[in-house]
Amino acid sequence: MSRARFIVPLVVFALLVVVLAIGIEQSPDKDLIPSPLIGKPAPEFSLPSLTDPGQRVSSTQLRGHWYLFNVWGTWCVSCREEQAMLLKIKQSGIIPVVGLDWKDDRDDALSYLKAAGNPYQTVAVDQDGSEAIMWGVYGAPETFLVSPQGIVVDKVIGPITEQAWERQILPRLSVSAAPATAARS
Amino acid sequence: MAARPYSVVIAALIGALLLCASLWATRAYAIAPEQMPTPQLEARYLALINGFRCMQCQDESLADSPVNLAADMRRQIRDMLLAGKTDRQIRDFMVSRYGYFILFKPPFVLKTAWLWLTPGVLLLIGVIVAVRVIRQRATLVATDVEDNDLTDA
Repeated sequence: MSRARFIVPLVVFALLVVVLAIGIEQSPDKDLIPSPLIGKPAPEFSLPSLTDPGQRVSSTQLRGHWYLFNVWGTWCVSCREEQAMLLKIKQSGIIPVVGLDWKDDRDDALSYLKAAGNPYQTVAVDQDGSEAIMWGVYGAPETFLVSPQGIVVDKVIGPITEQAWERQILPRLSVSAAPATAARS
Repeated sequence: MAARPYSVVIAALIGALLLCASLWATRAYAIAPEQMPTPQLEARYLALINGFRCMQCQDESLADSPVNLAADMRRQIRDMLLAGKTDRQIRDFMVSRYGYFILFKPPFVLKTAWLWLTPGVLLLIGVIVAVRVIRQRATLVATDVEDNDLTDA
C-alpha cells in the first residue's frame, strides 16, 4: 500500500510526460493544419487565364479527370523550389497540374514561366486573393488533388516532395485512375 | 538645485509614458482602418475579425494581423456583411475552409469535446485526491494521538 502511494503519482507523471511530448511533437505547426475541404467538393470557380486573359479557366472544364490544383506566385520562394518537381510531374504525364497564380503580377508570372519552364496545363489568375480564401489557402505553395468527380481528395501543404508525390498522390491515382498510370509505362 | 534633476527625470518618464500610450492607441487603429457604413455593422465586423485567427501568424487575430492574407480575409468578411450574411453564415464559411482552428473560441462538438472537458476532468481528479488526502490526514491524527497515549501510558 505504501509503495503504491509512490508508484501511482509516478505513473501519472509518466503518462503526463508522454501526453505532453506528443502534444509538443504535433503542436499546430503551420504545416499540419488539416484542410476541412478534404472529402468535399472543390470550390467552383471561373477565373481569367494567365496566358490568355480573354479565356477563362473554370472548374466545369476540369470535371471528368484528375488534376492537381497548385497555388503559387512568383513572390513565393518555396514555389521556386517546387518548380523542378512540378516539371517532373508534367513530364510523367500522369496528372495535369492546374495553377492558381495567387496575388501576382501578370508580367512577372509570364516571364517567370518562360524562363523556368511552364509545368501547368492552364493557369488561373487570382488577382485579389479571394479565390485562395475559397480553397482555405493560408500559404504558398499549396496543392490540392481533385478527383474526376470534383472532390478534393488530398492536400499537400508546402512544396510537393518526392515523398508526398509517391505517398499522398500516386496511391490515390492508381486505385481510381489505373489507365492514366498504365499509360506511363 | 538638487530637486531639479529629479523633476526632469519625472517629466521625461511622464513624457515617455504618454508617448507609449499614444503609440498604443494608434497601433490599435493602424491595421484595421476599414469603416463599415453603420455602427451595428461596424460592431459585428469588429467582433468577427477579433474572433478569427490569422492563419499565417496564428497567435494573432484577423483584427491584429498586418499580413496580406489577413487583409484579404477581412475584406471577405466585410463583403459578406455588406451582402447581408449573418454572423453564423460567415463563421460557417470560414470554418468550412480553414477548420475550427480558425476560431479563437472553438464550438463544443465531438471533435473538440476533449478540449472543453479536460479541465473539468482534471478538476474532478484534483478534488478526489484532495478529499482522500484530507480524510487520511484526519485518521492519521487520531491514531497518532492514540499512539502517544499508548507510549505515555
